[in-house]
Amino acid sequence: MTRDIAVVAFAQCDTRRSTEELSEVEMLMPVLHDVLAQTGLKTADIGFTCSGSCDYLAGRAFSFTLALDGVGAWPPISESHVETDGAWALYEAWTKLLSGDADTALVYSYGKSSPGSLRDVLTRQLDPYYVAPLWPDSVALAALQAQALIDAGDTDERELAAIGARSRATDNPRAQLKGPVPQGDYLVRPLRTGDCPPIGDGAAAVVLAAGERARELCERPAWIRGIDHRIEAHSLGVRDLTDSPSTRLAAERAGAFERPVDTAELHAPFTSQEVVLRKALRLDDATRINPSGGALAANPMMAAGLARIGEAAARIHRGESDRALAHATSGPCLQQNLVAVLEGDPR
Amino acid sequence: MPEVLKAPLAVEFPFTRSLSPVQSAFLTGLRERVILGVRTRDGRTLVPPVEYDPVTAEEIGELVHVGVTGTVTTWAWNHAPRRGQPLDTPFAWVLVKLDHADTALLHALDAPGPDAVRTGMRVRVRWAEERTGAITDIACFEPYDGRDSEVTVNAGEFEDPVHGIVAQARLDYTYSPGRAQTAYINALAERRAVGERCPSCRKVYVPPRGACPTCGVATAEQVEVGPSGTVTTFCIVNIKAKNLDIEVPYVYAHIALDGADLALHGRIGGIPYDQVRMGLRVEPVWTEGGGYPDHYRPTGEPDAEYDTYKELL
Repeated sequence: MTRDIAVVAFAQCDTRRSTEELSEVEMLMPVLHDVLAQTGLKTADIGFTCSGSCDYLAGRAFSFTLALDGVGAWPPISESHVETDGAWALYEAWTKLLSGDADTALVYSYGKSSPGSLRDVLTRQLDPYYVAPLWPDSVALAALQAQALIDAGDTDERELAAIGARSRATDNPRAQLKGPVPQGDYLVRPLRTGDCPPIGDGAAAVVLAAGERARELCERPAWIRGIDHRIEAHSLGVRDLTDSPSTRLAAERAGAFERPVDTAELHAPFTSQEVVLRKALRLDDATRINPSGGALAANPMMAAGLARIGEAAARIHRGESDRALAHATSGPCLQQNLVAVLEGDPR
Repeated sequence: MPEVLKAPLAVEFPFTRSLSPVQSAFLTGLRERVILGVRTRDGRTLVPPVEYDPVTAEEIGELVHVGVTGTVTTWAWNHAPRRGQPLDTPFAWVLVKLDHADTALLHALDAPGPDAVRTGMRVRVRWAEERTGAITDIACFEPYDGRDSEVTVNAGEFEDPVHGIVAQARLDYTYSPGRAQTAYINALAERRAVGERCPSCRKVYVPPRGACPTCGVATAEQVEVGPSGTVTTFCIVNIKAKNLDIEVPYVYAHIALDGADLALHGRIGGIPYDQVRMGLRVEPVWTEGGGYPDHYRPTGEPDAEYDTYKELL
């Protein structure tokens, strides 16, 4: 690696069950203003802009082009988009900065799930020949994974409930679900409502900067020491659902195992998936897991993964962490996984 | 703030997908009530079969029969089936490792309740009565207490193999256009065009989308524009659109409403198509209950000077 690149600012909006009074750009714009204001940068100062979103969520074609209105993309800016979580947009921006083509990048993502039926919408990302015609919804697939973990003796319903309760004990002011929430009835057994993420609309944004530029823009930049993403075989029946070799490999490539991390922000939308990730990432009780509450407290689609990187970086900015791991996922049962390792300068 | 507008929106599409030779054989097999797997170089049998080894990425294609009975490797009880799912009564989602296969297939298991389901239980395929060469040719699985499937037939050729599937998809939304566009649509209902001004560059956007795409800031100040405007540019449409009752040729134009800094588009009527020109002054023609102008027609004013609209092209 030839350049040091850091997250220098992070912003997000409250995640809410519905934002029907706002269009996507109206929801996103305050977050963009917030993240730019933290650095004092204007759109024209940004070298590269990359976003993540998915048109299927709100049923609105080419919504990302409308969202660009909130950036102020005229005269034309250097810009790109990924149709997945914004964590992958951050990865693209990181490579752009590594190449030396830009010194700063704006990365944002948003998801407005409220207009549709999210569990059904997510079936459309599945294998269209063998799986999608059965319409297996996102909770059902996570439940198959949870049962596999219970059968393997890796967890039980009580431990899963404790993961949900710990997550929602967060003091994160942006969280959608906070405090004691009843574990509830089975949604798809063995997962209860408390094991599942709230459905919400939200947005997140970060600013990346390289080298000295990062130090100018942020008192304590969160340096990206490594970042990598990997994918599992797409057929669920080929995978061992109790493990996540793609997460482990991404973490290895990102250098996560070289030294312990004090904080881990894991994108585990279901309680059972935290069990898989802790095992794959070899995290023990010495690491603080999801102080932000994670996806069980707020899971805006396409933004929750980017928010994990943002939350981990913000803790480094505030001096609450020195070395943090951030993880993002996409697809059913932790199909694709991204791991970043962030560090602050020694204090 | 007035009530935000909402309307149902159904996104529905039939995807016609072609099949690889491996997929074609598997789905044709289902139609003929046999299940095929594919062998990897190291001797594993993958069901459902794929074209490439998920570990080595080698191209694979040796098809073999596997059983129509198998063992549940994990399950999840679905007490509230959703639209499109295999059964409309409560059922278990299951991954089933069929006899003689090394990987598991996702499907539904028809069982009386969660207490009747466990990992390791034996199940068998229940075939759909009408089969077309699709994964839904397996209606579901059902509990089974007999012997393992004997597989004696070699995986062979089928007559009249399927080469494609039509994947139906429908998603239902409740669409809301947000604050700015709600105000625009509500004004249209009163036959007024109301845009929004950017607080920074002062441009007036019609229709407003809530943000200035140049400055990246929210627009909020409402500005009534029009009703008349100027044709900035146009095209002549010669092909009749499906379900559109307009005689061709007709003119579709960009129209800068008076006071707007962005042209919107609309049809020009009330003038022969070959007499429409840049600079033509037009006004909206409303129809009863239309919700927006049906078309624009000439006002009879002299044409606008080019300099007055050249920035709006």
